[in-house]
Amino acid sequence: MTKRTFKRAFRDSLPILAGYLALGFGFGVLLESKGYSFWWAILMSVTMFAGSGQYAGVDFLAGGATILTTAFMTLIINARHFFYGFSLLDKYKGMGIAKPYLIFGLTDETYSVVCSAKLDDTISKRKYYFFLTALDHLYWITGCTLGAVIGGVLPFSNEGIDYAMTALFIVIMVEQWLSTKEHLPAILGVVTTAVCLCVFGPDMFIIPAMTLIAFELVILRKRLDKTQPEAPETAEKTEVKQDD
Amino acid sequence: MIDGVINTPYSLILIAVMAAVTAFVRFSPFILFPEGRKRPRVITYLGTVLPYAVIGMLVVYCFKGKSVIEYPYCIPELLAAALVVGLHVWKRNTLLSVFAGVAFYMVLVQLVF
Repeated sequence: MTKRTFKRAFRDSLPILAGYLALGFGFGVLLESKGYSFWWAILMSVTMFAGSGQYAGVDFLAGGATILTTAFMTLIINARHFFYGFSLLDKYKGMGIAKPYLIFGLTDETYSVVCSAKLDDTISKRKYYFFLTALDHLYWITGCTLGAVIGGVLPFSNEGIDYAMTALFIVIMVEQWLSTKEHLPAILGVVTTAVCLCVFGPDMFIIPAMTLIAFELVILRKRLDKTQPEAPETAEKTEVKQDD
Repeated sequence: MIDGVINTPYSLILIAVMAAVTAFVRFSPFILFPEGRKRPRVITYLGTVLPYAVIGMLVVYCFKGKSVIEYPYCIPELLAAALVVGLHVWKRNTLLSVFAGVAFYMVLVQLVF
């Protein structure tokens, strides 16, 4: 069962492998260009495990930002992760000692695979989530370190390989779309975020977008709430999605 | 290299701050609503609808650095996205859709645009 679970987690993590190696590599190159050796890339990728957070972190380090600025900006950049836990409160219940690590490793990509993977009884959920998170972490650390070691010189152009993340999110969106008749939450997510991106610009849009999305979903609760008042645990059933 | 122009202790402090804030954001829903404690129904409800909205948000998030008013007007991104959607509706194979989309996008940005 463990072997089967690992195989499945590995297969589901392959799109993330491509994306993390590419994005991590870019981060390593950037960090090294500011005079930080690969040890710093390892340290940051192990302890932070956050793509956009680490890219911004290079600027804070190189520019000697204050602790307060660093804390505040990191909070803004990673604020979207605040949403993820809410849909995993039940899924990550009873995960035991692995739970803190699963939560620590809740990146955009891990989250999107965790909440879309349809696992049958031949797969141990606890081990699947752990393998997936650890594999993603390993890819990320490898990418970041390689970037800092090899630097800007690659024998081929890898421009555009980071599209793996975009493609993965689009695939998951298609899967979700085909698995339900209720498309309002997906449409709200896209439209609200796009409007906020236009209004607030690429640096400040995510928190207004999150706030608005939460508001809209609460307002539309009458229409969208399929959870049963007596047994809220059944809520998870509506989350089940088709897998490939 | 480490001690060249770099203020090592201060850099370590900043990394610790960034790691702590990142972890804090990820842990806070689980701290607010711990296992075994009853939580407001609206939170359970949000948990069921948020995945759909959040994936929509992430798709747009991927486009944040791109401009629709300057060349190449997001055309490579949109063409590759169309391929990914079409291929996925047809074959329903995640790996195939992702890798075909990436390969197509790489060709577009490296050779066409």
